[in-house]
Amino acid sequence: MSGMPGATRTGVPTPSRLARWGILGTVGLLFAVPIVAMVEFTLRRGLEGGYSLDRWITVLTFDLGPEYRVLGQAIGNSLVLAAATVALMLVLLVPTMIVVQLKLPQLRRVLEFVCLLPISIPAIVLVVGLAPVYGVISRAAGSGVWTLALAYGIIVLPFAYRAVQSNLDAIDVITLTEAARSLGASWPTVIARVLLPNLRPGLLAGAFISVAVVLGEFTIASLLNRQNLQTALVIVQKDDPFIAVIVTLISLLVAVGLLLVIGAIGRGTTRRTS
Amino acid sequence: MSTADPRGTAPRGSARTAGFIASPVWGVVPFALYVLLFLGLPTALALGTGFVDGEGAFTLDNVAALADPFVVSGFTTSIVLSAVTAVVGAVLGALVCYALIGTRPEGPLRSGIDAVSGVLAQFGGVMLAFAFVATIGIQGFITVLLRDRLGIDIFADGVWLYEAPGLVLPYIYFQVPLMIIIFMPALEALKPQWAEASATLGGTTATFWWRIGFPVLAPSFLGSLLLLFANAFSSYATAAALTSQGQSIVPLQIRAALTSETLLGRENLAGALALGMIVVMAVVMALYALLQRRASRWQR
Repeated sequence: MSGMPGATRTGVPTPSRLARWGILGTVGLLFAVPIVAMVEFTLRRGLEGGYSLDRWITVLTFDLGPEYRVLGQAIGNSLVLAAATVALMLVLLVPTMIVVQLKLPQLRRVLEFVCLLPISIPAIVLVVGLAPVYGVISRAAGSGVWTLALAYGIIVLPFAYRAVQSNLDAIDVITLTEAARSLGASWPTVIARVLLPNLRPGLLAGAFISVAVVLGEFTIASLLNRQNLQTALVIVQKDDPFIAVIVTLISLLVAVGLLLVIGAIGRGTTRRTS
Repeated sequence: MSTADPRGTAPRGSARTAGFIASPVWGVVPFALYVLLFLGLPTALALGTGFVDGEGAFTLDNVAALADPFVVSGFTTSIVLSAVTAVVGAVLGALVCYALIGTRPEGPLRSGIDAVSGVLAQFGGVMLAFAFVATIGIQGFITVLLRDRLGIDIFADGVWLYEAPGLVLPYIYFQVPLMIIIFMPALEALKPQWAEASATLGGTTATFWWRIGFPVLAPSFLGSLLLLFANAFSSYATAAALTSQGQSIVPLQIRAALTSETLLGRENLAGALALGMIVVMAVVMALYALLQRRASRWQR
């Protein structure tokens, strides 16, 4: 911490210690209440009152009855979707971004606009138009859960684009490429041995944020009648809210872990470029 | 296609067709097709179905339904809910950002807050519904605490958690973290030189904030406020997970229209509702773009 307000460094006035911890403490406490309430809820022992760890032990030892098979299946579905969405991002978005950065600078603004567009189009609106599109897809390719990844590739666009673009902006792609080319490297070599290693932090960050978004997606899966982690949680919650809340808490922890990793990767990039 | 290669590394002078075949434009075609099929087409379909009746003939009947009191109340509730939670979220989030001035961006405090904010802002949805049922549901932690210890019944006038007012607290819960994520960069862009200049001229901390900080940050703050509004307005998961029948806000009305075929005796009402949502979002995002241009003046 930078100690006394405004003393350790000149510049934008820092808040006093009291103000800082007062604000962070109050907001932090308020935001902790629902989480604590969820934990308290999962520990309740039912009618006889008191608390027990029984349900957590059941979940953590995978000792759930067959009626929860839907949950395991849904987690599998969500993981498949996460992997397929990341693959889609790497195969379609990333090469396009590299081509535009290197050869088609006049398309940069267009690409940016298109990639950020899904922010302005609510998923609930998109799903109205996706329903007929998926009608066609089901007839052509079956109703396999992986087909949802095609829609998820769109909703992760803004996040993936920002992560990769900030990395592209931080390295001098053109100079790197020209240097490699004039030393006799072929295009595949340039991409595999020069560009991709330099883009690793951005690609990883984009992949992780995409995974987090896909694991949390509910709207599209629910309205296209496909099963993923979130839709299964809503179903399970109707029969056994305790189990649903426990799984929610666990997935929340996983998501925080993922984002901490993204943060660490992000700091890796800034350190390298500064 | 004159975009072959501005620096001339590709062979020039060969036949025009060769240049066309080797053109880097081909590199963006797969992505363009994908976006067209899965973003352009669904959006066009969503907006287009609003103008078509059950038999596929053109009609303005669905769009006229946007004036129906049921739909008007849905939009009013959605807009009020989004506005209230955006304002509360923006003020609280900005306060947290202020409290974080002077902390190290790489430090554990900031990394932790960044990660938690990211999760709460983006991962939320269904989880928030569970969290608030556990907190202020009929048997919720806070409900029971207030009832047994203080004798206060928060549901004395009926259970409001599953109606529109019940969405206010969960929505604030994802608005504040989003504000922290999008407003912090603006605060970090405040130049230390401005504070030094102000101090050199005899300005106090209050002068700095009042004369420099607030005016410079105002466009960013308002822009963030608009993004928060858009975020709440398009949010569906929390409300859907809280109530399986409710139709209080527009996204829930779209669900009802999609699942029940005929709402208000009209087919394809979902398309008209989607059109209404897009119009609101377009206005909000256009204002955002305007403010962004103003804000960027100070972020060079």
